[in-house]
Amino acid sequence: MTRWAMVADLRRCVGCQTCTAACKHANATPPGVQWRSVLDMEFGEYPEVQRVFVPVGCQHCAEPPCVEVCPTQATKRRADGIVTMDYGICIGCAYCAVACPYQARYKTDRASYAYGRAGAHEQRRFDPDRLAVATKCTFCVERIDDGLARGLTPGRDPDATPACVNACIADALAFGDLDDPHSTVATLLREQRHFRMHEELGTAPGFYYLWDREPR
Amino acid sequence: VNYGPDPWLQTSWDWRAAANFMAGGAGCGLLLAASVAGGPRWLYAAGAALVCAGLLAVLAKIGRPWRALNVFAHPGRSWMSREALVAPPLLVAALAASFGVSGAAPLAGALALGFVYCQGRILQAARGIPAWRSPVTTPLIVAIALAEGVALWLLLSGRSAGLGVWAGFALALAASIMLHQLWRNSLGAAPRARVAAERAGRPVVAALLFSLAAVVPVVLAPLPEDIGFALQWLAGAVALAGGAWLKFTLVTRTGFNQGYALAHVPVRGAGREGSAR
Repeated sequence: MTRWAMVADLRRCVGCQTCTAACKHANATPPGVQWRSVLDMEFGEYPEVQRVFVPVGCQHCAEPPCVEVCPTQATKRRADGIVTMDYGICIGCAYCAVACPYQARYKTDRASYAYGRAGAHEQRRFDPDRLAVATKCTFCVERIDDGLARGLTPGRDPDATPACVNACIADALAFGDLDDPHSTVATLLREQRHFRMHEELGTAPGFYYLWDREPR
Repeated sequence: VNYGPDPWLQTSWDWRAAANFMAGGAGCGLLLAASVAGGPRWLYAAGAALVCAGLLAVLAKIGRPWRALNVFAHPGRSWMSREALVAPPLLVAALAASFGVSGAAPLAGALALGFVYCQGRILQAARGIPAWRSPVTTPLIVAIALAEGVALWLLLSGRSAGLGVWAGFALALAASIMLHQLWRNSLGAAPRARVAAERAGRPVVAALLFSLAAVVPVVLAPLPEDIGFALQWLAGAVALAGGAWLKFTLVTRTGFNQGYALAHVPVRGAGREGSAR
């Protein structure tokens, strides 16, 4: 079996938002919609303060609450772990948005552009099917499927890897098959301490955060 | 310890979503009350109209209303699918009951209970919102719908309520007050939702307590008919307002998410030089 997953190394992320920009470019999301974003968190009080950059987005959960609540089966989970959206079936009820504990879902009711009127790139990439329906990170599923069809390995070959991972300047993001013990993500999770967000909710996310070098 | 920003109020569901719980719950409560306590047959039509009003409010909220039938074409295991599947037979049974078709009234009452149960589970299944995913949410939604239903019966039936109706009203009110308290207590791990629930809940509890208190003089000391009617109407109106406010605020004021939370903060300087891959 295959279980696609993403790993974010919190020690390496520098908060440059290049992954955010790459995602917007690859998926042509409108202003305000960030399928991949990086949070800038600060903790503690002077002098004991810490700043952490946290990449977030759809966690492609093994037990996705969004799939459970979708009234039309527009949201599904594939056998390889990717949670998909069928824009043609979605009724835009936003139930998935309130069910998602990761605020990963977006719904835009009308077209909007970065500078008021649509630029040439925005005109070319505009997809009316995405209006008034739920949208979210797909792990760049088209790239993965296309790459696999061409014999490439997602997570290793850029043409088969999500845009955010390709773009990361700090090697903080990694992608691959959890069930392949030789994959980058499996190796990282085997060797380094990690956690998943809101794990207590039983969602079993496919997105891991590395936080320490020591093995578990 | 979890690290992360404060939760914020969800904006995906607004007053239109709340209206479905308000009108649908009260309408189902009325159908159930009418099926048990009797009353004029048009009460069933009124209950069905309220359920329809709630569903129309949802239709006004969803992004692609013309695709609403996809809920029937691709039904899932979602409680929203189940609510939609219960709605047509519920409306047919309610209309049949309003025309006096034999056996339709208890069927409408049973389906109304199913519909309002689905509404409770819809909220409870929203795992992104601590105030909704509380296990007390469903019983609270059902209990408040029952109280609202009897309240509507007291308002609309034009009949003097008997002891049985008052007893049912008192029971539903007491259960709603108790469950509301339990629900607020269940929000301990969600401080912002808890504060919002406390604030929004004060008028709700006051209204339900007022209506509950109104039952006492009616039961203990039979009043002149006009005063009894006035009290009946007042108790019904106040309970109905309290229930509506509870559901409105549940959706629009207490719907905080849990934000993002890190179980650990990264240990700096512990990594390997160069690429992590």
